[in-house]
Amino acid sequence: MTQPILTDITMPSLGADMTEGMLVKWLVKVGDIVHNGDIIAELETHKGIIDMEVYQSGTIAEILVQPVTAAPVGTVLARLQCEAMSDAADLPLPDVVPSITASSIPEPLLAEPLTAEIAPTEISSTVPSPIIPAVVETVDAYSNVNGSPIVRKMAAAQQLDLTNIIGSGPHGAILLKDLPQQSATGLPNMRRAIAVAMEKSKKKIPHFYLSLNIDMTKAQSWLQQVNSDKAPEQRLLLIALLLKAVAMALRKFPSLNGFYTDQQLQLADDIHIGNVISLRQGGLIVPAIHQVDTLSVTAIMQAVSDISARSRSGHLRSSELTDATFTVTNMGDRGADCVYGIIYPPQVAILGFGKLRKTALVQEGNLVAGDEITVCLSADHRAIDGMLASKFLNALSSQLQQPECL
Amino acid sequence: MTTQKQSYREALRSGIEQALMEDERVFLMGEDVGRYGGCYAVSKGLIDSYGPERIIDTPLCESGFVGVGIGAALGGMRPIIEVMTVNFSLLAMDQIVNSAATLRHMSGGQFNVPLVIRMACGAGRQLAAQHSHSWENLYAHIPGLKVLSPATQTDARYMLGQALRDPDPVIIFEHVMLLNEAGNVLDKPEADMEQALVRREGTDVSLITYGGSLHKALSAAEQLAVLGISAEVLDLRCLRPLDIGTITASVAKTHRVIIIDEGWYTGSLAGEVSAVIMEQSFWSLDAPVQRICTAEVPIPYPSHLELAALPQVETIVTRAQALMAGHL
Repeated sequence: MTQPILTDITMPSLGADMTEGMLVKWLVKVGDIVHNGDIIAELETHKGIIDMEVYQSGTIAEILVQPVTAAPVGTVLARLQCEAMSDAADLPLPDVVPSITASSIPEPLLAEPLTAEIAPTEISSTVPSPIIPAVVETVDAYSNVNGSPIVRKMAAAQQLDLTNIIGSGPHGAILLKDLPQQSATGLPNMRRAIAVAMEKSKKKIPHFYLSLNIDMTKAQSWLQQVNSDKAPEQRLLLIALLLKAVAMALRKFPSLNGFYTDQQLQLADDIHIGNVISLRQGGLIVPAIHQVDTLSVTAIMQAVSDISARSRSGHLRSSELTDATFTVTNMGDRGADCVYGIIYPPQVAILGFGKLRKTALVQEGNLVAGDEITVCLSADHRAIDGMLASKFLNALSSQLQQPECL
Repeated sequence: MTTQKQSYREALRSGIEQALMEDERVFLMGEDVGRYGGCYAVSKGLIDSYGPERIIDTPLCESGFVGVGIGAALGGMRPIIEVMTVNFSLLAMDQIVNSAATLRHMSGGQFNVPLVIRMACGAGRQLAAQHSHSWENLYAHIPGLKVLSPATQTDARYMLGQALRDPDPVIIFEHVMLLNEAGNVLDKPEADMEQALVRREGTDVSLITYGGSLHKALSAAEQLAVLGISAEVLDLRCLRPLDIGTITASVAKTHRVIIIDEGWYTGSLAGEVSAVIMEQSFWSLDAPVQRICTAEVPIPYPSHLELAALPQVETIVTRAQALMAGHL
């Protein structure tokens, strides 16, 4: 027996610093059937346009907020009608579901599963009652913007598009300081978001830093060999190998993979590595590659290309921005020798790769020319101690001496 | 411009004395103004120079002697009526509201009432509720009256003279907490009595106030400057009519407003100023207009409760910070 149940689809929090987001576009309409992981809307945050996923399966029953609207995190944007029993695995609170019976469902859920506020004339008689055709609404975007009077006046005078601005006032009201040219610090929104997160991190997290020079000669020659018979677009880059090695080292030292919350370390079950990507327009974004330890180096390479492209085109998925368990920042060929990263809260570590460089190495008592990279680990001393962090770096080095095993 | 240092009390007395000297028609009348020297010692010694015909002690009968003042003004005199405190003026409310404020209009402009009424006002001296209330707003509500609130020694010195030159009834509120404050008195008035003055320039938030709260606003502005917030302090000076142009000019510059008013919150003069800003400066605002007023209780006697009930510097600073942070 299945009980229909309405589940709220809420504005997600896509980072510790996010208090609200802008619903830019719905990609579904009332009556659409969606599955866990489907992209249902586009959101705009400090990080740019993000694709919003749905975490349950069911039918879109109500759309409560029309674009373009800024809404605080947690705001119910839409309701999803789920089949409680048949889709139990997808429900947010499965342990609660069995106890819900028709008599125990709160009145509002029974009384208005399919809002009567939607014009009744829009309901086709041939459509079963739970499914309502989409109501096409043209909403004056400007009238929905919550801005202070002076902001609205300036927007009108200078033809500013307020819909793309996240307000810092009460209920997301756009204030003078939120306007790009009026910003008190002169910082655009993303810059400010980075500023807030990094300031919080440096203030709250007692960082310590360890670095290790890793001999990359074998890894480089392995890469050259693998790439020799590949078309240029198929070739593996060093970062894919590095990410795999990091994931394998994290498997051995799970204490570095997780979050420091409620004054304790919460280990993560999966290894999702956030990758710092510099955007051409300035700023950074850190989407995660999921379960890196289970992917082949080739698959990781594809994932890196994919998220880089989507970061720049503005189509990252919401989960990719929220569930990284560890972060890697990579200086690349033209960067510095070493980068001491700032931890992205509430993660407990960030690993920085300097540029790969030719250097003089001592191998079996002989001086030889080889490749070397400096890795630097920044770790939260509340959660991790130096010895463990050192072991992690050495494990990473060992992994990279056997690239063929990765 | 030359200056001399005087207390607010001395400045008031200088103003009265100059009026008495310059114009034979001027006389001072009220409870204890003569032999006792005034309840707040403002008129101390004047009876010795000007005699009991011009410095007139009255019985405890506010309605009576305010009525006499109105009659004298109608008869061509230039009376200065002192009502001991604004609290007692309610007994003379009928004379002030129904006679002084109306006669020019009811006579079709044939009779002006060139009367000046001085009243002590304000809280802070542990005089308990019946001696500490702020009724300025009641008078600022009445068409036909002008209501002045000198907050500086210079205004205390010259506003009386300006009021006496006005052909219509003017009420002057003298805040009791200012009486002992000493400061520079300029050698002439800073502005017309109906003009508001910016006492401190600023760009982030306008602190609009008057009378006894001006110094609190100025102290708050100094503290805010240290916190990186530039507060403009606007002294209304005249509560009726309000100098709307100066208010809107300040709001146009700062986009944020806090009004500090020792009156009670509900129905306060701050409410009136706020409404004016809504009507005339709405499109300049970046945040809701804030009011810091007295707690809605009869002013308590115990010092700590009295302080807690009144607007204080710390409240202004905190509110301005919240306003700048976008929390309000």
